Amino acid sequence: MSPEAQTAAAGPLLELRGITKSFPGVLANDRVDLDLRAGEVHALLGENGAGKSTLISILSGMYQPDAGEIRFEGRPVEIDSPRAAIELGIGTVYQHLTLVPTLSVLENLMLGSHGGRGKLDFTAAGERFEQLAGLLALSFSPSARTGALALGQQQQVEIMKALWRRGSRVLILDEPTSMLTPQGYEELRRELEHLKADGLSLVLITHKLHEAIELGDRVTVLRAGRKVGSLAPSELQGRSESELSARIVEMMFGEQAAELAGAVEVEGPAVTRKPTGGALGEVALELRGIALEGDPDAVGLNNLTLELRAGEILGIAGVDGNGQRELAEVIAGQRRPSAGEVRLFGEDLVRLGVREREGRGLRYVTDDRLGEGVVGDLDIALNAVLKRIGSAPFWRHGAERRDEIDRFAEDLVDRFDVRTPDVRTRIATLSGGNVQKLLLAREFAGEPRVVVFNKPTHGLDVRTAEFVRERIREAAAAGLAALVISTEIEELVGLCNRIAVMSRGEITGEVENTAGAEERIGSLMVSRTGGGS
Amino acid sequence: MLKASLTAIVPILLALGCMGILLAVLGREPFTFYADMFQRGLFEWEGFQESIIRSAPLLLIAAGLIVAFRANLWNLGGDGQFLLGAALTAGFAPSLLDSLGVWPMLIATTLIAALIGAAWTIIPAVLRGRYGVNEIVTTLMMSFIGIGVANVLVKGPFRTDVAGVARTDVVPFDERFPLLFGTRIHLGFVIGVVAILAVHLLMTRTSLGLRLRILGASPRAALHAGLNPVRLTVIAFMLSGAMIGLSGAVEILGVQGSFRADFDPAYGLLVIPLVFLARLNAIGSLVLVIVFSVIQIGGESAAREAEITSDVLLVLVGLILVFMAVIEYFRVNRGLGTAFVPPEVADRIRPPGGDSPSGSGPAIGTGEVMPR
Repeated sequence: MSPEAQTAAAGPLLELRGITKSFPGVLANDRVDLDLRAGEVHALLGENGAGKSTLISILSGMYQPDAGEIRFEGRPVEIDSPRAAIELGIGTVYQHLTLVPTLSVLENLMLGSHGGRGKLDFTAAGERFEQLAGLLALSFSPSARTGALALGQQQQVEIMKALWRRGSRVLILDEPTSMLTPQGYEELRRELEHLKADGLSLVLITHKLHEAIELGDRVTVLRAGRKVGSLAPSELQGRSESELSARIVEMMFGEQAAELAGAVEVEGPAVTRKPTGGALGEVALELRGIALEGDPDAVGLNNLTLELRAGEILGIAGVDGNGQRELAEVIAGQRRPSAGEVRLFGEDLVRLGVREREGRGLRYVTDDRLGEGVVGDLDIALNAVLKRIGSAPFWRHGAERRDEIDRFAEDLVDRFDVRTPDVRTRIATLSGGNVQKLLLAREFAGEPRVVVFNKPTHGLDVRTAEFVRERIREAAAAGLAALVISTEIEELVGLCNRIAVMSRGEITGEVENTAGAEERIGSLMVSRTGGGS
Repeated sequence: MLKASLTAIVPILLALGCMGILLAVLGREPFTFYADMFQRGLFEWEGFQESIIRSAPLLLIAAGLIVAFRANLWNLGGDGQFLLGAALTAGFAPSLLDSLGVWPMLIATTLIAALIGAAWTIIPAVLRGRYGVNEIVTTLMMSFIGIGVANVLVKGPFRTDVAGVARTDVVPFDERFPLLFGTRIHLGFVIGVVAILAVHLLMTRTSLGLRLRILGASPRAALHAGLNPVRLTVIAFMLSGAMIGLSGAVEILGVQGSFRADFDPAYGLLVIPLVFLARLNAIGSLVLVIVFSVIQIGGESAAREAEITSDVLLVLVGLILVFMAVIEYFRVNRGLGTAFVPPEVADRIRPPGGDSPSGSGPAIGTGEVMPR
């Protein structure tokens, strides 16, 4: 199991031991070990937020670890700047392009090398380009305008840029397939083979399981900042992909993961998993064939169909950024779908606006609390009535009735235990947890019948998170239909009757929340997901 | 509140100081100049009345700008709206006077002025609300067109048959806005004060005002709360344009009596810094507009006395602006407290990146802004 057991005659080229890095409120890397051997591809697999990016930022000299040791060819090194990383021969290709589109390929490559001498040496650069182009088997001209190249080719330029300085030993690729077509993927695979054959060591960051298995000679799985398992080359070889998938999914979402997520989560499913069937009421919310055009700011939705009954909690699992927010906005009326129906107790809502849906008992608790849930500069009381502006009893003939507003807000603050000196405090001064409590209070006020919760416990401390979940359970027990979007599978398992998995704007599967649901959701989530971040 | 008032006064004091040095360099006695300025603009009854009269259209413009700016909509087309209101008032007043009499004429022309001002904002409002077209550019362009149209009207259909510069018929003095209590101050000042108080109530006490503030503070929150951004944008712009158009009528019916070709006091642009200096607060703007009028009226007189061009007043106003900007910088970047510009507006006028509070997250708390 442990990589050390397979240690070959030659020691690892690069060793990370006990790397720990924390940011305010987050332990991004917790005692992570990693070995990289010459001429192999080490795939680093994990969900968004698992700590992959932090780890490579440490390797490329962007961050300094709080604790731990990095050894290069057996001797301890300190990578205290990106330059130090480059001098060791560690090049990095970031997920997002860093090229200047109006410059030629060669000019872009020369930008990376430090040219303090004033005169650009195009001859030497041209030679280096030919070498690398030969190594990678590339087919574009060094004088091509970079912006005119296909995305895959631009990525090849990025790879050349990372290898530009002679003597590269390690190449880190951060989600290299996120912008590639299937053909581009095949090409990348061939390039990796060439580079490996040339003696280079590669670290491949990915959140796609099949890529890790196909491209990696060694796989390490990160989860919540910790290394939860790894597969050595000998374990990878000679096993079917499905067998390997099952092992990795277990690492990512299995018992180990449950332990890491903390005791609160573990007791959740066993205690609160509801009886399915009988207790549920009529269909409260129904989506039929919802489609949405994607654009640079929004993920498109495709033929999305869901059904939610009164008293039911339906979970939406998926890697962040796969259309969950767009789905929530379509339901709430903030976004108009290009096709499909949204029905609330049989009534088609597609033509109705946010306020009208609100009036019919449809509520949306947004994940962007400070950005759209509240107006930071207004006080708590006005934020409590943000969605009722102009309506009685808070306004009469357009005139504000401050007493009514304050009394309403004080009641919400009391019932949901919002910690604040008074309701006239600017809401931006509250902590995230207290803002979330106010949002819950606001959306639960009146007579909600269907509530969409988008990542309701994201970024909250354990106690507030449990408070939020408890309120959702209570409301559902009282007949509310709840749609809970979350990237935390444990949370969904602890809360929901049924869980649908979303990927690239589609529902890729739906599972009843029974024993073993985690693994089924996990494999639906990891194996087919698209562009992450 | 005290702190806020201090931040408004400090740039004025610094500007007066710098201006004093300039005057001394030019061989004038700065203290005499300032003494004259305040004497003629404030302490002498005649001069004070003049200052109040000057403030009337400025108050309406300030009221109009506050409505738009609070909604984070930059109506920079004030001059075009003002001149169109003035030109239509001057053009229609003589014939309406003949056919309807004094009061119906006054009411009809002020309505016309308000309507044309409002109408002139519709295109920028719809472009902004529906398509997100930058209203800074469109309002300025519409202003350009408006100034041209006003002059075409005055040099064409509205022109009267007198020699010299083209102008409209003069409305006789007795048939303009009535004067108040035997002073020379006319009804327009009352309209201005009422407008600015109404805007204060609108922004602080009504649902429409709150909606506009939310639109200005966070368009995404506005969408989330189910507000209609397009409608609100149009409403804010039209209210703004109507009040600024009305100010044109007030200038004609209170002071000028007729519209001479190429008349353009550029009040619209002069008032913008004042409302920022008052942090988009209506009551603060009322005070600052009057102070500004005193400086203008008293200053013109003091400049004549000192035998220096009244352009020095523009230098003074310019200096006030520069010091405002400097203090703004220190207040925001050093966290000294109240900034002149609300953060949502600051976001748009500062270059992207840097330390501007954008996106979500705790950055929302930057700068404790704007007394509401």
